[in-house]
Amino acid sequence: MKANVAAKRDLHEEAGANPAPAVHAELKGVSRIYGVPGQGGVHALGPVDLTLRQGEFFSVVGPSGCGKSTLLDVLSGLSVPTEGSVSFEGKPVAGKVPDGVGVVFQEDATFPWLTVWDNIAFGLRRAGVDPAEIERRVDYAVGFVGLKDFAKAYPVQLSGGMRQRVCIARTLVMRPRLILLDEPFGALDAQTRLIMGDELLKLWRETGATVMLITHALDEAAMLSDRIGVMSSRPGRIIEEIETGWSRERDSRIASEDSFGQITARLWRLLREESLKAAGLAGGGS
Amino acid sequence: MSWAGWLRLIVVTGAVLLLEVLCRAGVIAKTVLPAPSVMAGDLYRLLASGAASADIGETLGNVAMAVIASILLGFVAGVAIHAMPRVRRALDPFLATYYAVPFFVFYPVLIVIFGLGAAPIVVIGTLFGVVAMLINTLNGLDRIPRVLLKTARVHGMDPVRTALMVKLPSAAPFLFTGAKLAIAYCFIGVIAAEFIMSSSGIGYSIAYAFNNFDNARMYALMLFIIVLVTVLNAVLFTWERRIMQRRRR
Ligand SMILES: Nc1ncnc2c1ncn2[C@@H]1O[C@H](COP(=O)(O)OP(=O)(O)O)[C@@H](O)[C@H]1O
Ligand SMILES: [Mg+2]
Repeated sequence: MKANVAAKRDLHEEAGANPAPAVHAELKGVSRIYGVPGQGGVHALGPVDLTLRQGEFFSVVGPSGCGKSTLLDVLSGLSVPTEGSVSFEGKPVAGKVPDGVGVVFQEDATFPWLTVWDNIAFGLRRAGVDPAEIERRVDYAVGFVGLKDFAKAYPVQLSGGMRQRVCIARTLVMRPRLILLDEPFGALDAQTRLIMGDELLKLWRETGATVMLITHALDEAAMLSDRIGVMSSRPGRIIEEIETGWSRERDSRIASEDSFGQITARLWRLLREESLKAAGLAGGGS
Repeated sequence: MSWAGWLRLIVVTGAVLLLEVLCRAGVIAKTVLPAPSVMAGDLYRLLASGAASADIGETLGNVAMAVIASILLGFVAGVAIHAMPRVRRALDPFLATYYAVPFFVFYPVLIVIFGLGAAPIVVIGTLFGVVAMLINTLNGLDRIPRVLLKTARVHGMDPVRTALMVKLPSAAPFLFTGAKLAIAYCFIGVIAAEFIMSSSGIGYSIAYAFNNFDNARMYALMLFIIVLVTVLNAVLFTWERRIMQRRRR
C-alpha cells in the first residue's frame, strides 16, 4: 500500500473499483498541549484517533476554539503532537510538512509583495519546477479560480474572497495528494460560499486528492463531504463520524434533498451541547 | 497634484514671498535676515566659486558614512535582538528612552577616544541614526504575519530561504522607514557635531560665518542644507509611498 500510493492517484478513476479504500493519513492517540502540561498549559486537542481514506472529502466541524486549527497543524506536520503519532501515506509525520500535503490557512496568507500570478507560482519556483511547466500550471490555476483578469494585480487590490482563492490556487498548482483547508470561506458571504463550495468539489473530483475541510458552517459540511467528523469542545476530540452517502458527482443542489436536512439537523444537535459547553453555558437545557 | 499638495505649495510660496516683501520693505533689517532672493543669489555665487565645495563634500561624506553604519548596525542589531526575547525585554526601556539622551555631552569623551578628525563626527551621526533603524527593524520583524511563516514551512523552505524570501520582503516597508529616519537623523547628528567639535564641514562653516558676522555665507549655507534635506526627504517619501501603495492592506 505504501509504495504505490502516488501511482494510485493517477489511476483514481479505477480506484472506485477498489472495495476497501486505502488509508491516506492517520492520527493515533494524538494530543496537543500548548505550554507546559499542568503548569498553565492549554490542552487544545485530543486524544484523537482519525483515519482519512484515500480520495475522500472529509470535513471537521466543532465549536470555535475546540482545537480544529490545532488538528490541522498536527496533521500537516506544522506542529508536533504532545502525545500520539501521525502518519501520511504510511510514513510518520514528524515536525516537517511532507511532500504531497497542501494547506490553505484560515488567515490571509497571500504575499503582499507579489502579484497574483507570482503568488501562485511561489511554491513551484521553490520546488525548482521547469519554467514552461510553471507557466502552464499557473495559467490554468489562475483561470480555475476565476482570477484571469487579476493575474497582474497585487493582493491589496483584491477582496478577501479573491485572496483566499489565490491561496487555494497556490496550493492546487503543487498537485497535493492531501489538501487541508482551514475555514477557507470564513470571510465570504453566503452566495460566494456556495459557489466556492462547488468549485472545491470540482477541484476535488478533477485532482482525485484527499480533502480535509475545517468549517464552522454545518450546511457546508453536510453539502460537500463524504464524511464529517464532529469535534467536542476543548480539548477537542472526535465525538462522532457521520457518512453522508453522496455520489461523487454532487454539487450544491443536494441541499434540497431530504437527507441533507437530516444530516444538518443531526450535526446541529451534536454541536449545540458542545457549543454551549465551549461558551461556558454547559447543561443549558434542551 | 492633490488638493493638499497644492495647499502645501501655496503655503510655502506664500511664506517665502511674505518674507521677501518684509525684507525688501525694510521691516526686517538686512543684518538680521537677507531677503530670500538675496540668499539664493549668495548661495549660487558660493557654489559657483567652489569656496564651499570642500566643506560640503566633507559633510556629505560624513553623513554617508554615518548612514551606512547606522543602517548596517541597526539592522544587524535588530535581527540579533529580535532573536533573543529575554535580551530584548531587558533592553526595551533603553530603546524607548534612547532619544531622550543628549549625546553631545559625550563629545569630550569622543574627542579623547577618536581625536579631532572625522571619526567622532561620524560616531555622533551614527549614534543618532542607528536606533531609528534598530527600532524599525524590530517592528518589521514583529509584524511578519505568522501565517506567512507557516506557508514557508508548508513549502519546505529552510531558515535561510525563509529569511530572504519571506521575512525580508515582509519587513521591507519597515526597514525602508528605518533607513529614511536614519538618513534624517544622521544629517542632524553630523551637522550639529560639526558645529561644536570640528574644524571643517558645513556645520563648522556656518558656526565660523556666524562668529565672523558673515551673514551672506551663513544664510547661504543654511539655505543649502534646508533645500538638500527637503529634496532628499521628498524623494524618499515619494518612493516609500509608492512601495506602500502596492502593499498595505
Ligand atoms: N500557539 C498557541 N499557544 C497557546 N494556546 C494556543 C495556541 N494556538 C491555539 N491555542 C489555544 O488552543 C485552543 C484551540 O485553538 P484552535 O486550534 O485555534 O481552535 P479552533 O481552530 O477550533 O478555533 C484555543 O483555546 C486556543 O486559544
Ligand atoms: Mg481555527
